[in-house]
Amino acid sequence: MTTTDAQSPFTVGHRTVTRVAGPLIVVDGMDGVGYGELVEVETGDGPAREGQVLELDGSTAIVQVFGGTVGIGRRETSVLTRGRAARTGVGNDYFGRVLDGAGRPRDGGPQPVPDDYRHVNGLPLNPITRAHPDQFIETGVSAIDGLTTLVRGQKLPIFSGAGLPANSLAARIAAQARVPGDDAEVVVIFAAMGVTRREAEFFRTEFLIGGAAARSVLLLNLADDPTIERLLTPRVALTMAEYLAFEQHRHVLVVMTDMTAYCEALREIAAAREEMPGRRGYPGYMYTDLASLYERAGRVRGGAGSLTQLMILTMPDDDITHPIPDLTGYITEGQIVLSRDLDRQGIQPPIDVLPSLSRLMNAGIGVGKTRDDHRGLADQLYACYARGREVRRLMSIVGESGLPTEDRRYLAFAAAFERTYLGQGPARRTLTDTLEVGWQLLAPFPAAELKRVSAEHLAHYHHEASVTATDA
Amino acid sequence: MTPTRPHTESAPPGRSGLARTVTSDTGRVVRISGPVISATDLPHTRLFDVVRVGTERLLGEVIKIDGDLVVMQVFEDTTGLQVGEPVEATGEPLYAELGPGLLGGILDGTQRPLANLSTDGDLYIARGADPHRLDRNRQWDFRPAVEVGDRVGPGDLLGSVPEGHAIEHRILVPAGAAGIISAIHPGPATVLDPVVDIDGHPIAMLRRWPLRRARPVADRLPLTVPLITGQRVLDLLFPVARGGSAIIPGGFGTGKTVLEQALAKFSTADIVIYVGCGERGNELTEVLEEFPGLTDPRTGAPLMERTVLIANTSNMPVAAREASIYSGITIAEYYRDQGYDVAMMADSTSRWGEALREVSSRLEEMPAEDGYPAYLATRLAGFYERAGAVQCLGSPERTGSVTVVGAVSPAGGDFSEPITQNSLRLAGCFWALDTALSRQRHFPAVNWLRSFSQYGLDAWFDREISADWSPLRRWAAASLQDEGVLQEVVSLLGVEALAAEQRITLRIGQALREDLLQQSSFDDLDASCPPQRLLAMLRVVHEAGAAMRSALQQGVAITDITAASVLADLGRMRRWPADNIDESASRLIQRIAEEMSSL
Ligand SMILES: Nc1ncnc2c1ncn2[C@@H]1O[C@H](COP(=O)(O)OP(=O)(O)OP(=O)(O)O)[C@@H](O)[C@H]1O
Ligand SMILES: [Mg+2]
Repeated sequence: MTTTDAQSPFTVGHRTVTRVAGPLIVVDGMDGVGYGELVEVETGDGPAREGQVLELDGSTAIVQVFGGTVGIGRRETSVLTRGRAARTGVGNDYFGRVLDGAGRPRDGGPQPVPDDYRHVNGLPLNPITRAHPDQFIETGVSAIDGLTTLVRGQKLPIFSGAGLPANSLAARIAAQARVPGDDAEVVVIFAAMGVTRREAEFFRTEFLIGGAAARSVLLLNLADDPTIERLLTPRVALTMAEYLAFEQHRHVLVVMTDMTAYCEALREIAAAREEMPGRRGYPGYMYTDLASLYERAGRVRGGAGSLTQLMILTMPDDDITHPIPDLTGYITEGQIVLSRDLDRQGIQPPIDVLPSLSRLMNAGIGVGKTRDDHRGLADQLYACYARGREVRRLMSIVGESGLPTEDRRYLAFAAAFERTYLGQGPARRTLTDTLEVGWQLLAPFPAAELKRVSAEHLAHYHHEASVTATDA
Repeated sequence: MTPTRPHTESAPPGRSGLARTVTSDTGRVVRISGPVISATDLPHTRLFDVVRVGTERLLGEVIKIDGDLVVMQVFEDTTGLQVGEPVEATGEPLYAELGPGLLGGILDGTQRPLANLSTDGDLYIARGADPHRLDRNRQWDFRPAVEVGDRVGPGDLLGSVPEGHAIEHRILVPAGAAGIISAIHPGPATVLDPVVDIDGHPIAMLRRWPLRRARPVADRLPLTVPLITGQRVLDLLFPVARGGSAIIPGGFGTGKTVLEQALAKFSTADIVIYVGCGERGNELTEVLEEFPGLTDPRTGAPLMERTVLIANTSNMPVAAREASIYSGITIAEYYRDQGYDVAMMADSTSRWGEALREVSSRLEEMPAEDGYPAYLATRLAGFYERAGAVQCLGSPERTGSVTVVGAVSPAGGDFSEPITQNSLRLAGCFWALDTALSRQRHFPAVNWLRSFSQYGLDAWFDREISADWSPLRRWAAASLQDEGVLQEVVSLLGVEALAAEQRITLRIGQALREDLLQQSSFDDLDASCPPQRLLAMLRVVHEAGAAMRSALQQGVAITDITAASVLADLGRMRRWPADNIDESASRLIQRIAEEMSSL
């Protein structure tokens, strides 16, 4: 990432590596080095590895080495510093490129020519310069557009389980995302951490083949790349994205996968430092660390651009209370949860709408943004489906014959909802189609039972089936 | 007029009299570990003294002294700081600046106005900025309340300035000062201009008070008046007293922030201090964009005029989270001392606790439960104890209160963790938010079986609202309890397993839950509900229950009763026009009775 950045000279002192422990090295003689600064470690074998100062005690520094510590010894290793924190190039020249987890080309192409360099850790946006996200993004996926609406500048994670199709859902959203009535192109920065070669190939085909190449950047840290480099990957991606969004006024979608791999790297550092572990061995500051990434989403006042984040994480054991989804949920503005049950039944995409939520939905829908009935319809579909699922659970106890007629209607609704509304398959649905599918599903219910929808919207949109009108 | 220096109020009894000589030291940095820095050569420094670290003069505070080594936490990002850089100890603790101009403010954790933290046109927060906490140039119209020759003591009213349309900012004799008024300077004054002289010493409006110390009061008062929140589930079942404290624990997405914001908008406080501690930037933006368009429900003045916003978002420096809590409570106490009812919302106290944990772990202290330091409980207690209803110091006689509402974000939504458990012991109200309820979109997701209020406020409601308040409240609580038990049976055996009488209990429970307790913050009409309206709704549900029971006695089939179409109208109670509530209620009661008897 910084190999072409020859602006600051190296400073070399009498530095000795005194200890190597996992991803960390302890270096003596680090006078004049700043906390958090970039360090380059040279072993004479392969390119210099970058590192970052984690702690300074007198002239001794603890350094985390992003490139891994294999081959680093007490001798023949020199430690260089540049007097500044890690930076990355930013600009339009990165489009169409595949970079490694630290932002260096990995596609054999030439070194991109950046517009400028930026520190990868960024700076906190001043809350008063933010603008509240309120522009609807159409993803073409009904479960999202209809019920967990995404808006520009939002940070929305996909909680997935091992083997569930989160990556293809993310790729699909990235490919289809558009804002109706706004031709501004969405650019995508994809940060993949700890992915397999097969997954990497999938992303490459999705993003860099065909028309999408001109508007995509792909950062790849593979499963067999140095783990600690993953700490850099999302930061490089977000730094590039911030530049495009807030300085170039572009609409940027950053997809980060898999945050679970990122958190494992954090845990590895914490363990190497012998820190007191928090829940399940993850460090106590993981909330703050994740927030320093996720909070980089947003919109700013007076700027036309936006930075939207879609991050994927695999819930270990499908456990939503595991620290990774838990802390993520505490920072993001909602979550999309994938369901193993739905996936098994072949419902694609297998989004479980009950635990899913978009907290910015209200700001992005309604008159002038989507449609007047959007909120009410969403609430009604949700309520009916929730009841249908409850009846289904009950049925497993009392049997179908033990259910009152009205309960059976909900049961049928839940099945139809899963089949048609959720299980749309690869087809793209416009928002209007999504809303229409919703109203069709509600047709079997008499108007009186649809309490979440206003009388006015019922009169206008409800296709009340004639059979139910008579038995009401 | 020559501006004075800000008046530093002297310490409350116990330490007063020991006028402290301010000695400043300059040491140098020897160790850097994130926000925790160690320095040597600071022999005169005391615990909690403010330090300026490095050539950028980053703001910090001493948190430990170990022989020659002084350890501090820095409230700004320490990237780039080097060993050997200077550390300047100011010899003073961290102060809040208090005076007119606080209201409407948008501040960071150390009370710096956010607008002054970014250089022109920049989007990000710069480091090392040290703006005045209060505007030094703004003029205020001082209206004296004393005359030359009056003898005054601490807390006595000197005069006031209008702060916004509705708040009269009362200027009091500083703690530790007393004497005879020797001159008065009415009219326009900045916060540093003298407004009166006491025994020839000029006194301006600006006060400084150490953040970590509670401000003195004449007396603590019993808590007998509720802070009306406008949330039915809270005001009816778990009311909080003015001067009391409440915690809102809940997993992510259960509605803590929405509830805190609703309280900031609608509760019957004179002043609201809203502290966003380690949470989202967008939530602050939302408040900033929404509040200016809203009015104070009590005075009709713009809502921002009663509000102070303190924002230390999750991506801002961790150590400043702690400062944000103390800045908030100190400003709250300052307005309380003027005789106001102040409410402070802290979202989320867990992020403060986590900051303590992070700093403690970098100090390599022996951790107690879940890695939190052993002094967690003491810190939390020190904070919650600053809530209270008080007889203010000085004359004229007046009372004030600080109510504290703290959100708690337990890991994994599990309430057995240390912050929830320790706060639970301190707070008078426990408003437990429930992930299952929020999944059912039952908002506010306050679990009515798990939550509690320890404030006995029935007497107030019976006296001020209506004598049937507390009997109806008990009826509602008991009905919900009964329904809860029956629901367990239903979930195992189905509804058919219940007797007809029990199915009525179930239907009443449903009406209480869906038509009364549920209240959407996004519904403009229903976002806030005054007690009179709540009572009218409750009476209707109560009467509906009675009508159903009597229909059952008349031999009507249970399925016909619970399916009666008039019951759907209970859901429309929240849409009743604000005038004629009682009439709407009696009309509905009558229609229910008629339909039930015609079945
Ligand atoms: N009183 C309410 N009325 C209507 N909707 C609500 C209410 N409370 C919560 N919600 C819904 O739940 C969502 C999450 O609420 P909120 O942001 O307050 O959660 P939280 O508990 O603060 O979560 P976190 O701990 O992650 O900050 C809201 O965006 C909204 O959709
Ligand atoms: Mg919140």
